[in-house]
Amino acid sequence: MPKTLYDKLWNSHEVSERGDGTFLLYIDRHLIHEVTSPQAFEGLKIAGRQLWRISSNIATPDHNVPTTDREKGIEGIQDEVAKLQVTTLDKNCSDLGILQFDILDKRQGIVHVVGPEQGVTLPGMTLVCGDSHTSTHGALATLAMGIGTSEVEHVLATQCLKASKLRNMKVVIDGELSPGVTPKDVTLAVIGKIGTAGGTGFAIEYSGPVIESMSVEGRMTVCNMSIEAGARVGLVAFDKITEEYVKNRPFTPKGDEWELALSQWKELKSDDDAHFEEIIYMDGSALKPQVTWGTSPEMVIDVDGKIPEPNSESIQHALEYMNLEAGMKISDIKLDQVFIGSCTNSRIEDLRLAAKVVEGKKISSDIKRAIVVPGSGLVAEQATQEGLDKIFIESGFEWRAPGCSMCLAMNPDQLGDGEHCASTSNRNFEGRQGYGGRTHLVSPATAAASAIEGRFVDVRELF
Amino acid sequence: MKNQYIFHSGKILPLSRDNVDTDQIIPKQFLKSIKKSGFGPNLFDAWRYEDEGYPGQDNDNRPKNDGFVLNQDKYKGADILISKKNFGCGSSREHAVWSLMDYGFKVLIAESFADIFYNNCFNNGLLPVQLPEEVISQLFILSEESKEIEIDLIEQIISCEGNKLTSFDIDPFRKQCILEGLDEIGLSLKHADAIKEYELNRAKEAPWIFNTYE
Ligand code: SF4
Repeated sequence: MPKTLYDKLWNSHEVSERGDGTFLLYIDRHLIHEVTSPQAFEGLKIAGRQLWRISSNIATPDHNVPTTDREKGIEGIQDEVAKLQVTTLDKNCSDLGILQFDILDKRQGIVHVVGPEQGVTLPGMTLVCGDSHTSTHGALATLAMGIGTSEVEHVLATQCLKASKLRNMKVVIDGELSPGVTPKDVTLAVIGKIGTAGGTGFAIEYSGPVIESMSVEGRMTVCNMSIEAGARVGLVAFDKITEEYVKNRPFTPKGDEWELALSQWKELKSDDDAHFEEIIYMDGSALKPQVTWGTSPEMVIDVDGKIPEPNSESIQHALEYMNLEAGMKISDIKLDQVFIGSCTNSRIEDLRLAAKVVEGKKISSDIKRAIVVPGSGLVAEQATQEGLDKIFIESGFEWRAPGCSMCLAMNPDQLGDGEHCASTSNRNFEGRQGYGGRTHLVSPATAAASAIEGRFVDVRELF
Repeated sequence: MKNQYIFHSGKILPLSRDNVDTDQIIPKQFLKSIKKSGFGPNLFDAWRYEDEGYPGQDNDNRPKNDGFVLNQDKYKGADILISKKNFGCGSSREHAVWSLMDYGFKVLIAESFADIFYNNCFNNGLLPVQLPEEVISQLFILSEESKEIEIDLIEQIISCEGNKLTSFDIDPFRKQCILEGLDEIGLSLKHADAIKEYELNRAKEAPWIFNTYE
């Protein structure tokens, strides 16, 4: 029977049926960060259980780390509670022998940036992490999904996840993106179309000409936000572009193993007549830059659009929280802050794009703060080599040290009450970026261009 | 261990929103804890209080938002939460489930739940029940009337004052787990031999996965 990519990945990792309709799925890689792991490590210890396979685990602190004073390491964390969480991760890793890129390691960064960058994430693998944006790694034809803390403990102890098979959905993006329209706009438009619960219970495979010609980094942006459409898993088939991306990374197999791996990875695509329960088509050529106006990622419209009428309780709440009026133009929203970063858009390509937009220009004096937070120490290093940090600083952006930063504002980078922010992150929930903060999700290009103007602009005019 | 669900009766707290996300259930500043308990006072923190909360604060003296259901006398003691579509969407933080339980909720009822949150509920013994919109609307009316409802997990029935309102579906194994409080890890470790055998085969096929580093 013809199989989808998801079916293939699932089948090659099925260990056994537990006799209850659920399966044990073998987990090749487990990424760990400081927020969702302490209770799992503690649970393991209390039950007197061993770590099943040490080398499958790789850790890095990201959510809580400050983006300033990095050279001070742990001592740079002012918040004592956050500090304890980071040192708890250090201790758990050193006690159990888990490889960690700690706060001072230049490989430290957001787990979802670090994994692919190191070749820790590889095609054909199963990968889990106690973080919902683990769907990011599906861009490499990896079966990757976010799990809760109980499941983290389960994976530490058994190297397996208890799982039920998801259903298959295909999202086909036809045509070609216009200049200035980016993978972020693609994923926001998909969420706008199917809704935040549209992918619940599904693994989404992205395909079609737009995806086929997209870089792995762009594909990561698209897979990253699958969870915002309700899908735990996003996938893109393996191809030449994936091969080039994966080659020669620190953890990528070398020599004969590389050849063997490659021969297997070539099969990592859906068979021609594989069955998908749902197929969604979108015309990539018609896509415009997207901006969210509300408090759920599905509340999204074209940059030249207008705020919709409050025809439901949810929309009513959202408009009140965001302090917006129906009928208002997106371009009339005044911005207070701009955030370029997060596991959605903090890779080198994102920074190059944003730098290109701001080069030689100054950000608007209405903007109280604009920050760029690279996804990892290595992204920061690369950007510095290319002089991107200088471009940002000269235009008025602050250049920060890597981490999740204002994506969820667990560290000191936060929005003030009532402030509007153009953010390249993935969630515009109430208070997500700071108490009372108002988040608008956009691409790095739109965020950069909007920083210059102090309000949302159609970045296509600049390309 | 979790026998409360065989027959649980209680008052309903109505949360009339779609897409109640885990950032609302427990805001990020409280995720810095390395424990599983103590989250209850900060459940729905931003909706419940008028100021911004921080960990370790005395919550009793904070200004409360009287308009929010959790603060209304009418719903005092309610331990069954009802909501609308896509409850628990957003981050995978299990702290959301721990907060709901720590506050005292025994059962969650919604039109639909987000996947990761739904799993997290079962992994902690919190019962999530999915029901169609019409039934949920009925429950919203009952909550207005401060009626108690009864949940019978064995028979999978919800009733009010002895009258059956609806039956509900639940995966048989998950039901058993909630009823008996099964140890998931222990259960999976019964398959240890199968896991080891899988590893042996996989190591032949894809040796790079088992490479150690440094
Ligand atoms: S960058 Fe944001 S979404 Fe990504 S892992 Fe960090 S907090 Fe989560």
